Amino acid sequence: MTGPAVETAPPQAPAPAEPPVHKASLRKRLIPYWLLLPGILWLLVFFVLPMVYQASTSVQTGSLEEGFEVTWHFRTYWDAFTEYYPQFLRSLLYAGTATVLCLLLGYPLAYLIAFKAGRWRGLLLVLVIAPFFTSFLIRTLAWKTILADGGPVVAVLNNLGFLDVTSWLGLTQGDRVLATPLAVVCGLTYNFLPFMILPLYSSLERIDTRLHEAAGDLYARPATVFRKVTFPLSMPGVVSGTLLTFIPASGDYVNAELLGSTDTRMIGNVIQSQYLRILDYPTAAALSFILMAIVLIMVTIYIRRAGTEDLV
Amino acid sequence: MRWLRRNLVVIAGLGTLAYMILPNVVVTVFSFNNPAGRFNYAWQEFSLDAWKDPCGVADLCGSLALSLQIALWATIGATALGTAIAFALVRYRFRARGAVNSLIFLPMAMPEIVMAASLLALFLNMGIQLGFWTILIAHVMFCLSFVVAAVKARVLSMDPRLEEAARDLYAGPVQTFVRVTLPIAAPGIAAGALLSFALSFDDFIITNFNSGNTVTFPMFVWGSAQRGTPVQINVIGTAMFVIAVLVVLAGQMVGNRRKKAQPK
Repeated sequence: MTGPAVETAPPQAPAPAEPPVHKASLRKRLIPYWLLLPGILWLLVFFVLPMVYQASTSVQTGSLEEGFEVTWHFRTYWDAFTEYYPQFLRSLLYAGTATVLCLLLGYPLAYLIAFKAGRWRGLLLVLVIAPFFTSFLIRTLAWKTILADGGPVVAVLNNLGFLDVTSWLGLTQGDRVLATPLAVVCGLTYNFLPFMILPLYSSLERIDTRLHEAAGDLYARPATVFRKVTFPLSMPGVVSGTLLTFIPASGDYVNAELLGSTDTRMIGNVIQSQYLRILDYPTAAALSFILMAIVLIMVTIYIRRAGTEDLV
Repeated sequence: MRWLRRNLVVIAGLGTLAYMILPNVVVTVFSFNNPAGRFNYAWQEFSLDAWKDPCGVADLCGSLALSLQIALWATIGATALGTAIAFALVRYRFRARGAVNSLIFLPMAMPEIVMAASLLALFLNMGIQLGFWTILIAHVMFCLSFVVAAVKARVLSMDPRLEEAARDLYAGPVQTFVRVTLPIAAPGIAAGALLSFALSFDDFIITNFNSGNTVTFPMFVWGSAQRGTPVQINVIGTAMFVIAVLVVLAGQMVGNRRKKAQPK
């Protein structure tokens, strides 16, 4: 017993120096927590806690005059959903259409900037980003002028027979565009285009152009190169772009309010008026939780199916 | 026909760009209008009145100053908090890393109106007076995730050997951070800050819920859509567009010059 003890004695000699080393490593191990603390605390207090409060509000009953009380009244959810499911459906439909349009319109522009712009790349990027810095409300109001009844845009669309088709589809009414679903979808598409283009661009820009050459050398036609090389490699951009477009569009109420009519109200408009005008807080809270649940479920399924995990 | 097919992408791309720029053109053109009624939707006649007197409408420039102030503070707050989180997430392995990642991701994966409404539920329940502070709190909250994403992307692509080299050359941890890490992370931090500023300055939905009687610039524009839109709004919109283009172009030129100065 004494033998090994003597043998291990020399390595144990610097033992007194160990506690400070240990202390330093503990301090080092705490660094990430100190870095996280303020930001995470902020999110816990002003993001998570509000959700808890909203959850409790959604199961309260009462009125503004008599005060609200938690009564675990889950029927509010059912009542709110059955009363407003047309608005839910409409929101998903408009947001989905706008997302598809953003993808169709945004992809060529992102492709152009990434591969064909040359020295114009900087300017084009600026023109995509600049709208972020000018008020989107002012620009949305400008659509009222552009789509005005009897204006040049509407006249052209009318002469092309485009409005006959959209009227037949129920997207417009006669020779009006303003205050119809078409105007709302047009505004949504416009407002969220940059959120589609930027992720698309950043994933396209990362593609090694030698892959295109290699595909060409292997006798792939341009369309095939796009279908088998470019598009699959840009999938991360497509996924994050569609999410960044669809999620905010589904809760938007600005476009429906400014460019639409009462027939185009989206769920955002309902939540806004329940909270800020009618002051029916339980219904408003329930509606916004239903919206959140629908969006989170759809997003989760979508990410699973698209198969990209490294989103953020 | 052949030419058309070969340049299809360019034509479609430029078409999209036209769609994106069209409202800005309209805003600019109508900033020189002299409208007949309260609304500035139909062209009447050319006038420079609004440009001569951009603050001529009550509360317009006050709301603008307030928005700039909030955007500035929100940017400072969100950038400081977000950069620290980004460094912690990229540089350290610790427990609850996954949970922190999801917590950062969630605000971006949620419709804005859900966050806006829940914050209002909190403030109402706590009896907090809505106004400047509640707007600022909300803005820091939703800008935070975007800063984390921007800084994280930059720090992730950074070569850790540069810091090792600095340490080998006897730089202390503080010196390494200030002279090596921070300059490399700076573009990511700047991008996050710029995005925060733009998002905060332009935010309407969350502000609408949590501002009480305080009127920021987007709130002013929203109100004017109901009451009548003064031409001055178009003037401010045009000026903002021009300033934004110039600032971003200048930033790119500085970036290009740096890139040329240190070829890698």
